[in-house]
Amino acid sequence: MTAFRQLIFVWAILQGLLLVTVAGSFLLSGFPSVALSFGVAFAKAALIFWFFMHLREESGLLRLAAIGAGAWLLILLILSGADYATRAMSG
Amino acid sequence: MADRVDVSEPFQAPAQQREAAMMGMFVFLGTEIMLFGGIFTAIFVARLLHTEQVVEASKRMHVFIGGINTAVLLTSSLAVALAVHSARARKARRSAALLAGAALLGLAFLGLKAFEYWEEYRDGLLPIFSDPPRFSTPAEHLFMNLYFLGTGLHAVHVTIGIVLLTGVAVRLVLNSLRLPDRTVVVEASGLYWHLVDVIWVFLYPALYLAR
Repeated sequence: MTAFRQLIFVWAILQGLLLVTVAGSFLLSGFPSVALSFGVAFAKAALIFWFFMHLREESGLLRLAAIGAGAWLLILLILSGADYATRAMSG
Repeated sequence: MADRVDVSEPFQAPAQQREAAMMGMFVFLGTEIMLFGGIFTAIFVARLLHTEQVVEASKRMHVFIGGINTAVLLTSSLAVALAVHSARARKARRSAALLAGAALLGLAFLGLKAFEYWEEYRDGLLPIFSDPPRFSTPAEHLFMNLYFLGTGLHAVHVTIGIVLLTGVAVRLVLNSLRLPDRTVVVEASGLYWHLVDVIWVFLYPALYLAR
């Protein structure tokens, strides 16, 4: 039953993180608020991938396949961000 | 346990067959991440270009309904993770019960989401349906369009997930999905549900907490 308990423990941490992110959205504003809410979202996603999706028991190949799309998405976000952030400069 | 799993062509070992199936599922989930990634990128750019208006629009979201729905989906994910654990232990009925519980929580999620859409419809903030719409700025209209597209597409995925989990649960009870031979079906279906959960985990801060 230890694996059961571990999954329930992870669920409790996820719910705690949800409380943190909701409370933070009322207490903070601007960049710190965005940083906290997305920091918590990445932490929650990591816990779900690692424990709920059982990546901790899988091979390196499967782990790579699982996070591969995240890498492509990062390229999309960085290039789009760079484009829009520098448009004002080119007039 | 593993030696009792049937191995199909062209695989030579159960572990190899399972890894190929899981690999295919993760690649499929990658396409789902990219599908939603386009919407996230649009939200990101809207926030970059119209920061103040997007922050104001986000403040009008029903943050607590979204929060409760996050808790509901996280709990359903726990149920699915426990169902996979049970399936691996060849406890078909317990696994089916947990999958059915997760599907019910999915229905609760959709019910709350529908209530939230109804509230937004009444406030004149639901794109397409609210007539006349009462958006305070064009940027808020854009933000609500992205909100409706993102959460609507997510709701479609939750619906598919509910059908999937219910189908797997029924097949486990009827023993047409035999364990341990077909454990990978429970695992792959579980992965789909978890990804739908992860997408919501990011939609929530991007839309409701962008203040």
